[in-house]
Amino acid sequence: MRYFILLILTLIPAFALGQEWEEEARFGNEGAQSTLRVISSTDTSFFAPVIETFVAKSPSVAISYFVTSTAELNRIVRENPSGYDVVISSAMDLQLKLANDGFAKELTVDGLPDWAKWRSSLFAFTTEPAAIVMNKKAFPDGRIPQTRQELIQAMRDRPEEFSGRIGTYDVRESGLGYLFATQDARASETYWRLTEVMGSLKARLYCCSSAMIDDLVTGELAVAYNVLGSYAKARQDTSDQLQIVLPSDFPTTMMRTALVSAQSSQPQIAEDFVQHLISLQTGSTDNNMPLPPLDVENAVTGRSNIALEPALMTYLDRLKRRNFLKEWESAIIQGQ
Amino acid sequence: MNNRVGIIRSLRDRLAITLIGGAAVLAILLYLVVRSYAAQIAQQGQDSILAASVTSILDAAILRDGEVEVDFPYASFSMLSTDSDDRVFYAIYQDDELISGYDTLFHSDPIPDADHRFGTATLQNAEVRVASAARTLIGAQVTTVISVSVAQTQDALEVTLNRISRNAAGFGAGFFLLATALSFWATSTTIGPLKRLTSSVTRRGPQDLRPFEQPVPTEMEPLVASLNNLMGRLDQSLSQSEDFIAEAAHRVRTPLATVRSYAEATLQRVGKPENRHALRSMVKAIDESSRAAGQLLDHAMITFRADHLDKQDLDLGELVGELVRSLTPIAEMKDVRLQIRCPETVNVQGDAILLQNAIRNVIDNALKYSPAESDITISVSNSAEDRIAIRDEGPGFPENNMAMLADRFTRGSNSEGITGSGLGLTIAQDVVIAHGGHLVLANHAEGGACVTLSF
Amino acid sequence: MKFLLVEDNVELANAICSRMQLDGHVIDHAENLEDAAAFSEVGEYDLILLDIMLPDGDGRTFLQRHRTGKLDTPVIVLTARSQVSDRISMLDLGADDYVTKPFDHAELKARCRAVLRRKSGNAKTIVQLGDVALDPVAGNLSIRDQVISLRNRELRLLELLMNAPGQIFPKTKLVDRLFSYDDDVSENAVEVYIGRLRKHLENTRVKITTLRGLGYRLDHE
Repeated sequence: MRYFILLILTLIPAFALGQEWEEEARFGNEGAQSTLRVISSTDTSFFAPVIETFVAKSPSVAISYFVTSTAELNRIVRENPSGYDVVISSAMDLQLKLANDGFAKELTVDGLPDWAKWRSSLFAFTTEPAAIVMNKKAFPDGRIPQTRQELIQAMRDRPEEFSGRIGTYDVRESGLGYLFATQDARASETYWRLTEVMGSLKARLYCCSSAMIDDLVTGELAVAYNVLGSYAKARQDTSDQLQIVLPSDFPTTMMRTALVSAQSSQPQIAEDFVQHLISLQTGSTDNNMPLPPLDVENAVTGRSNIALEPALMTYLDRLKRRNFLKEWESAIIQGQ
Repeated sequence: MNNRVGIIRSLRDRLAITLIGGAAVLAILLYLVVRSYAAQIAQQGQDSILAASVTSILDAAILRDGEVEVDFPYASFSMLSTDSDDRVFYAIYQDDELISGYDTLFHSDPIPDADHRFGTATLQNAEVRVASAARTLIGAQVTTVISVSVAQTQDALEVTLNRISRNAAGFGAGFFLLATALSFWATSTTIGPLKRLTSSVTRRGPQDLRPFEQPVPTEMEPLVASLNNLMGRLDQSLSQSEDFIAEAAHRVRTPLATVRSYAEATLQRVGKPENRHALRSMVKAIDESSRAAGQLLDHAMITFRADHLDKQDLDLGELVGELVRSLTPIAEMKDVRLQIRCPETVNVQGDAILLQNAIRNVIDNALKYSPAESDITISVSNSAEDRIAIRDEGPGFPENNMAMLADRFTRGSNSEGITGSGLGLTIAQDVVIAHGGHLVLANHAEGGACVTLSF
Repeated sequence: MKFLLVEDNVELANAICSRMQLDGHVIDHAENLEDAAAFSEVGEYDLILLDIMLPDGDGRTFLQRHRTGKLDTPVIVLTARSQVSDRISMLDLGADDYVTKPFDHAELKARCRAVLRRKSGNAKTIVQLGDVALDPVAGNLSIRDQVISLRNRELRLLELLMNAPGQIFPKTKLVDRLFSYDDDVSENAVEVYIGRLRKHLENTRVKITTLRGLGYRLDHE
């Protein structure tokens, strides 16, 4: 009886909050002994092959895979650290702060260079540049901008073509968008000019990469700025209307990271899962995984890679964030 | 003489233990000093970075329209990156109110515009080093104090310290080993002259009382000087007493010899029985006293020499042969034959002079009690139990006090009319005992005394 | 025989000399090393009697010089020192024997005889009397072709008698000469040795006559 109540009590938060997920999936046998709960900001389709190979190896384990935005994910984990075993997110800053604040468990995981992990508790497993994705139709002359400066020029030249057809992250909502924006701002003043140009052209703000790409495909958008290249690539296979540009002035490259919750109820399975994920992502490149691998060789020199370091917390500071958003809003929402 | 010396721990050991102990203490001290110094340096390193971080944040604080803005640079935290990925915490207070950062980080309330304050705290189960500083912001309407604390875990510091500790420990151990090796070397070098002196003392024969002339270290000079002094005095007193004894013997014996010669010569010319008797008594008395004097001196000499036997390899047969040759003229006067039985070569270790004296005394004794025209047999054998047996054909030892005969000044109850001091057998016994053996007196079944020297 | 006595004590030297002369020997006396050296260079001696402690030096240095000078005259040392300490060194230095003072004259003579017997160089010591010849050094009695080895006391008795044939020797005198003062012998003990000698001399022209109440006398035809 007592156990029953306990069970209910532990289940209450999830039901009581009536958590709504962008996606929710379950992998593995019906009668699996244990269920690993993975909370992620990555779409299920990208992660399914990783999970499927894992449950194939460990038939006694089933995996529940929950997808939500990076900001939401950060909030959920902080509120209920024991509710999930593995936390996967593309918002490196939020993930690092989770680890810094003691939400991550220290693991012994092999096969990662030092720059790809932090405190043996936060592990990077992809290398993903922020891309500018463009609908080729918007550039009939085929002169597709290769840098931010060229993009600014193109937009200024043909404002009628781009007005209302430029998309970018709403950095107030998307953790990844905020990360890209702050890193861009840190890198160059060009970011602010670009943002102002986008604001003047009534740029549309999105929550996530997939939505922007959807609108690019339909032609509603001509340009999407700071989209995850991997998502665009996945679509490009079915449609060659899109052009993905990694801006050559300064690339911003993000790494997806995973951590195991310090209060995980099945830490060993969680650790095995992380190890499995890293083995896949650092292994041979042509494994047909939809997730881009961790670029172990090239990233060693990569200043463009956003480093896993405490400085990531800088823009998470309340005052800094307030300042940054104020400035960003005044740039992007002019005239709206 | 008692040869045992009270022993306390050897100089070598003392020196070695002192030096090695000192080296160990120094090594440990070295380790502790290096480690604590390194810890201090490392801590200062971390502190200065924390301070720089705090300063960079504080410098970014401004008042705009009466509101505080702290637009601190990315470098404020990026400078805190370490190899061990130390965790970072920070807190920004306006007056006493947290405006950003971790509320779990205590508010250390630093004095505005003063130097940084450092401290250690526990935060989220981790030991952290905290740096704090404050600054007064003066605006148009308000004046406010901004205080900033930045904290960092000490994992990298720990790693550095462990590495330094290992190095310091290795350094200390190396120092200790080197010092130990040096101690052994120093010890043996220091003890060397002492050892050389000791071996040169031990190598010396018992009569060698020359001073030591090898150079010795200054510290040993008083010892060797007193030793030389002592030996000099000993040598002098020994030679003086030897000279004295010789002189005394000479002074006594020469007049005795004169008297004896005159008495003998007179005896040739005197006919009256009472005069002849007187003269004979005189001669006998002279013989007795000179013999006693000789034996007393011999005994004294033997007692002295018994402490340091001058042992050599001796052919016992040859030694006895020589002795018999020198005694033969006396034996012949009584027509007594001295016969040696020595079927094989007998080699022993012994003091030739003492052994000869001992055997001479026993043969002398046998000669005195032997009847005319009899034999004295001296057997030499290879068995330690009856090394030398001297048998005569005289009346034998009196059975009643045989056991006491070898005592000093004891004479046989049948010795009347025979000159003797009673020291002859004592001398023989002392010599044999000094050689680790014993003397046995017995009477032969077919008559005659038998003295066996075993050694 | 001819002796050289080196002895600084005049009294003792006189006593020794008179005894030696009594036995029919020639003896020269030197009181110090210098005289001794002079004597030994000039005269030919059968034997040297050497005292050790002398006014002008140690007798041992004389002994050493004597030996290195390739002189083979036997030397008997007269010493008043302890037997133990001096014995070895003196024999090492080349003394043939030694006598410790005070000494029995008979012992001295016995030692002299023993030393001379070992050296056996000179044959002048033989005493000839008719058909009887006595070699006191070798201890042999030769009667025509026959050689008889005499016992020590027989030898000493015969030597005494043959050195003074026709002289009467009282029994007491003979006892003194034959026996040591230790031996408490009666005068009759001499008769045993007289008897033995008579037996040896049975078929010779030499005979021992008993003079009742006076002693013995050696006669030869």
